[in-house]
Amino acid sequence: MTPRLSLRGVSRRFGSVAALDHVSLDVPPGEFLALLGGSGSGKSTLLRVVAGFEAPDAGAVELDGADLLALPPHRRPVNMMFQSYALFPHMSVAANIAYGLKREGRPRAEIARRLEEAVAMLGLAGLESRRPHALSGGQRQRVALARALVKRPRLLLLDEPLGALDANLRERTGFELRAIQRESGAAFIMVTHDQAEALALADRVAVMDRGRLVQVAPPREVYDRPATRFVAEFLGAANILPGTRRPDGALDCPGAGCTIRAADPLPEGAEAIALRPERIRIGARPGENSATGTVEEAAFRGESSLLLIRLSGGALLRVSHAEEDGVPPPRGSRVRVNWDAASVVPLLG
Amino acid sequence: MRLALRLLPGLWLALLVAAPLLLVGIIALSWQDESVPPYSPPWAGQGLNPANLRLLLEDPYYRDALLQSLTVAAGTAALCLLLAAPMGIAIARAGRWRGMLLGAVLLPFWTGFLIRIGAWIGLLRDEGWINTLLAGLGLTDGPIPLLYTDGAMLIGMVHAYLPFAVLPVFAAATRLDPMLEQAAADLGATPGRAFLTVTLPQLLPALAAAFLLVFIPAAGEYVIPELLGPPDATLVGRVLFQEFFQNRDWPVAGALAVALLLLLIGPIILFQRLGRAA
Repeated sequence: MTPRLSLRGVSRRFGSVAALDHVSLDVPPGEFLALLGGSGSGKSTLLRVVAGFEAPDAGAVELDGADLLALPPHRRPVNMMFQSYALFPHMSVAANIAYGLKREGRPRAEIARRLEEAVAMLGLAGLESRRPHALSGGQRQRVALARALVKRPRLLLLDEPLGALDANLRERTGFELRAIQRESGAAFIMVTHDQAEALALADRVAVMDRGRLVQVAPPREVYDRPATRFVAEFLGAANILPGTRRPDGALDCPGAGCTIRAADPLPEGAEAIALRPERIRIGARPGENSATGTVEEAAFRGESSLLLIRLSGGALLRVSHAEEDGVPPPRGSRVRVNWDAASVVPLLG
Repeated sequence: MRLALRLLPGLWLALLVAAPLLLVGIIALSWQDESVPPYSPPWAGQGLNPANLRLLLEDPYYRDALLQSLTVAAGTAALCLLLAAPMGIAIARAGRWRGMLLGAVLLPFWTGFLIRIGAWIGLLRDEGWINTLLAGLGLTDGPIPLLYTDGAMLIGMVHAYLPFAVLPVFAAATRLDPMLEQAAADLGATPGRAFLTVTLPQLLPALAAAFLLVFIPAAGEYVIPELLGPPDATLVGRVLFQEFFQNRDWPVAGALAVALLLLLIGPIILFQRLGRAA
């Protein structure tokens, strides 16, 4: 099957900075892809290249197998929801939403019908004659989404679509976004710097760092098996233990004061491993994948407690202790911790 | 002290705007007289004199002067707008050249006004640069009359008032969100269509303000038509000068000044409304 969007070796430099560095990516039809990265990672540049506001220095961009780069922005069958929403301030909500259909020269009756559908789909009924400045942040976000969706794009680009909303609205709007994506059948590419948002909404998460795609995988895999140290750090919360790889594929970790072994021998070049706090157990176990330390802090978090354990080698380990496993060890107590080889994630770079 | 500060603007207005205006109004209702100053006020025994204002309505000479002035002002404002709209938008989008270009627009303000008019005379007169050049190229047999024409007058007016029109357009154009044109393009608008449907409508208040900002002062302009315009042009500025200094008919001159002000009140109110809307 031809991918909906296909990027091949796309590069874009700004002076000496590579905003995009040989990015290749396929997005199948109907996929919700999150582009996750910090500021300056190139995720917005990638979106602007697809929309046509930025021309790449090298590479190919295809939509359903047809070259996109030859087309100016206004002729690309791709729509974008801007981070600032970019609603036309001098037009009503209805005129904003109908703008794209008018540019297509659709008959008046069809515009009216599709406008009505979009208004209903996004719960904007009754607001049609308002101007954008008379709307709340959440309503503006919906108008921006309606304006892009009413064109029935094969691919919708969303630049931080939830970024301007307050925390309450974000979760609800996120679920709505997901439902609208399923309903519309369009492929969505959402740029975000918020890992929780990316993991919660997307079918696949593409993590970007300094212009490169470092990992493209379903949320669970990105979370459980981050490919590189950067991904592990960006997704947060995981313990990252650096060490020296032994010839037999185990890792000597001086910070933990022990040898760490993964289910498979660590690949060549792996110099650190990631270990999720909830995969670490309190308790003794002979041999490898076991360390001793002192509980420095303990924070109650409802369904679990977060322990900060200073290991004998000096590394600070975050351990999540589930309530059902009993009372956590008190502050200052010496404990042994252990984990399964299967929980050890080798990190490259 | 605080009270004094609060009263200061009022005092300023009373002394420098309201009082002179009242004086002109009184003169407009006075009688011409062989005295110094050459009028006798209504309280000197003859009462109010309605003849001066009535004369403006009845004598086509004054009516035409007012009408001609408004026409010249409208033409000047329209030409300024035609130049200022693309200039203001282009300067707002000029990136790092913005400061320099804006400086170039304002530069003429720092040179003497009469020197600039003199320069135009030097360019346009029969033995001026343009006619010399045309004759030198063999394109003309004799000098084309350029100076003392309506064209010369309009050139001088546009030259003098153009910055007033560029500045409001520039200010409004810098406030535009560049994302909006991109959003329009994203929704399928060609660059021209995006300009017409998104950029231009947002600039309309500024364009109207720019027009009025030229139109209002240009309606009373005296020096430029006098120095560059045709000798038979009877603009209100020239008629005012004649009545004041040649006929010494202060009451008619006062009535004419009042009439011009009344005609401009509408545009002035409109301009203030636009300012508030923007």
